[in-house]
Amino acid sequence: MRGNAGYWAWVSLLLALIASGLLAYADQVTRGLGVTAMRDQVSWGFYIGNFTFLVGVAAAAVVLVIPAYVYGWRPIREIVIYGELLAVSAIVMCGLFVFVDVGRPDRVWHLAPLLGHLNFPSSLLAWDVLVLNLYFVVNFVVVTHILYRAYTGRHYSTRFVVPLVLLSIPMAVGIHTVTAFLYNGLAARPYWNSSILAPQFLASAFCSGPAILLIVLQLLRRFTSFELKNEAIWKIAELMAYAMFLNLFLHGAEAFKEYYSDTEHLLFTRYWYEGLGEHRTLVPYAWAALVLNAVAFVLFIVPATRRNWVTLNVGCVATYAGVYIEKGMGLIIPGLTPDTLGEIYVYYPTLAELRVAAGVFAVGFLVFTLMLKVAVPISLGEFQEAEVSGEGRHRAVAPAHG
Amino acid sequence: MGDTMSSDTPHPVTRRQFASCTAAAAAGFLLTACGPRRLREVPKARLRSMLDDLEREYSKTYGKAVTVSDTPAADGVVFAYALDISRCIGCRRCVYACVDENNQSRDPQVHWIRVLSMDKERGIDFAHADAYYDAKEVPQDGHFYVPVACQQCRNPPCTKVCPVGATWAEKDGIVVIDYDWCIGCRCCMAACPYGARHFNWSDAGIPNEQVNPAMHYLGNRPRPRGVVEKCTFCIQRVRKGRYPACVEACPVGARKFGNLLDPESEIRYIIEHKRVLVLKEELNTMPKFFYFYGT
Repeated sequence: MRGNAGYWAWVSLLLALIASGLLAYADQVTRGLGVTAMRDQVSWGFYIGNFTFLVGVAAAAVVLVIPAYVYGWRPIREIVIYGELLAVSAIVMCGLFVFVDVGRPDRVWHLAPLLGHLNFPSSLLAWDVLVLNLYFVVNFVVVTHILYRAYTGRHYSTRFVVPLVLLSIPMAVGIHTVTAFLYNGLAARPYWNSSILAPQFLASAFCSGPAILLIVLQLLRRFTSFELKNEAIWKIAELMAYAMFLNLFLHGAEAFKEYYSDTEHLLFTRYWYEGLGEHRTLVPYAWAALVLNAVAFVLFIVPATRRNWVTLNVGCVATYAGVYIEKGMGLIIPGLTPDTLGEIYVYYPTLAELRVAAGVFAVGFLVFTLMLKVAVPISLGEFQEAEVSGEGRHRAVAPAHG
Repeated sequence: MGDTMSSDTPHPVTRRQFASCTAAAAAGFLLTACGPRRLREVPKARLRSMLDDLEREYSKTYGKAVTVSDTPAADGVVFAYALDISRCIGCRRCVYACVDENNQSRDPQVHWIRVLSMDKERGIDFAHADAYYDAKEVPQDGHFYVPVACQQCRNPPCTKVCPVGATWAEKDGIVVIDYDWCIGCRCCMAACPYGARHFNWSDAGIPNEQVNPAMHYLGNRPRPRGVVEKCTFCIQRVRKGRYPACVEACPVGARKFGNLLDPESEIRYIIEHKRVLVLKEELNTMPKFFYFYGT
């Protein structure tokens, strides 16, 4: 757990944010969800927006590294474990965001099968609870197994890991599809009730998850002896360009359908892109997201900018910000505004919501940081059981085959 | 015959089997009877004793004798509502009668009925409806009024999405919520096309002297913070043969209520003889709340 000043500054910052979040959450528990800006008209807000975004991160982090197992593409192979660590921390944040959003956290056990009453299969939230937990377990088991074997100087068991990783591919698609269906199935909300929603979710996820991973991998390469070929990073950036194209295309398809048919359901899309009357709160966010996504697409599709570190990282940040706006508040708020009886309630997260959310993100980053702290040395073969470390500091995680 | 059977019993029950079966039955009983369950699963006798506890607690809290009824749905009854759009003047007396009857929070305000003012030119159009009209006199020229509360759907989107089964439709068609089981996830609020579900964002503010002591365990008993609540057709009244409070309060007689299964009822007369519509019929929610033009 040792580290330099930068590491400790980072951990202290996270701990401070967690403490602030806990204080804000304690206040929310004492006074009720009234300390948030959510009301009957906009009954979900910042918490559920972040949850939705992070399910995408969790799903994409693993799907991205799948080629390593399925096709055995070597340059990408070494990052499998980091994708899975990211997925685990993203799921932790997802769970926490749902938890801080419920009105009666003391009754969350009502969701537990057998102990409580899980309304399965009719409630999509029940599905979400099941698949997210299962996905968490699968990733956690794989990561622990690989690292434990690496620690004891052995290669992981292929017969154990490969089936689980193969299972996690449809599950990664599954968690995000189920989360999309959670909104998708609500006929009362035309903005969500579109069959294109699940594909849209997956396309944007395949941008945001890798965007985080690319930056993390570059940091690891700079500050540790972790080696990663440039080709791997460029290949991921290229894949992100395709995903972003699909994302933009699906948004265009949805916008076309709404604007050209011009039914009463256009209301919500208009609230997002143009505003309704004097209510134009979301308009800057909508266009910012669109511009950021388009910029990221161009930067990643052009080989020269994809291979330039400055423009590559600008593209990553643009992707992250663009998808965060569009998949978070940009999905939730226009879905609920105007409300079902036509009322426009302008929602802005309160300081309490921002503090709680920052705390949840800090927990996730802390989990990720600590897991990296353990995983990086082990996977680099720098940290092994005493008796095996002498006989050869081979790179235990990925390239044990050759 | 009897002799043969008793002597032929192939596997006499051993003491050990008897003991383990008894233990299992006892454990099962403890789990279902004593364990915290949804109110719809609680055995009748145990429910009554739980409600007795509630009565004592509420009586103490509000300083008056509170009764919590558990009147069940009657056979052959499905409640339905009808509202005469051509009569409603938008006075909102129904809104406040509802608040008084159903122990809704005064501060912050919770209203189960929303009265929407609409332009006659546009017809029923929620995008241009105004829930906050502040008129000295109603009705206003060029406007008509559409009060909206829970539509008591026969195909309710809200009960389907609830992850813990804390809301369901009773046999007499009233959609209810178990306030002791709801986790406050608000999926039902996202699913309801009529804005009929309301969340307790803060503690309910009801002055003691205004508390209505005649309560039903699925209806107007005080709601804790962090759960969802909604119109129940005044379950505490209608299951005892009374009209909902909003029907009684309406000064122009625009509100009608009755048993959908009774061919002689006023509600059946309206459905069979008037021009009837339901809100958002394209969503296939099949409301039991009918709007009609009486004149």
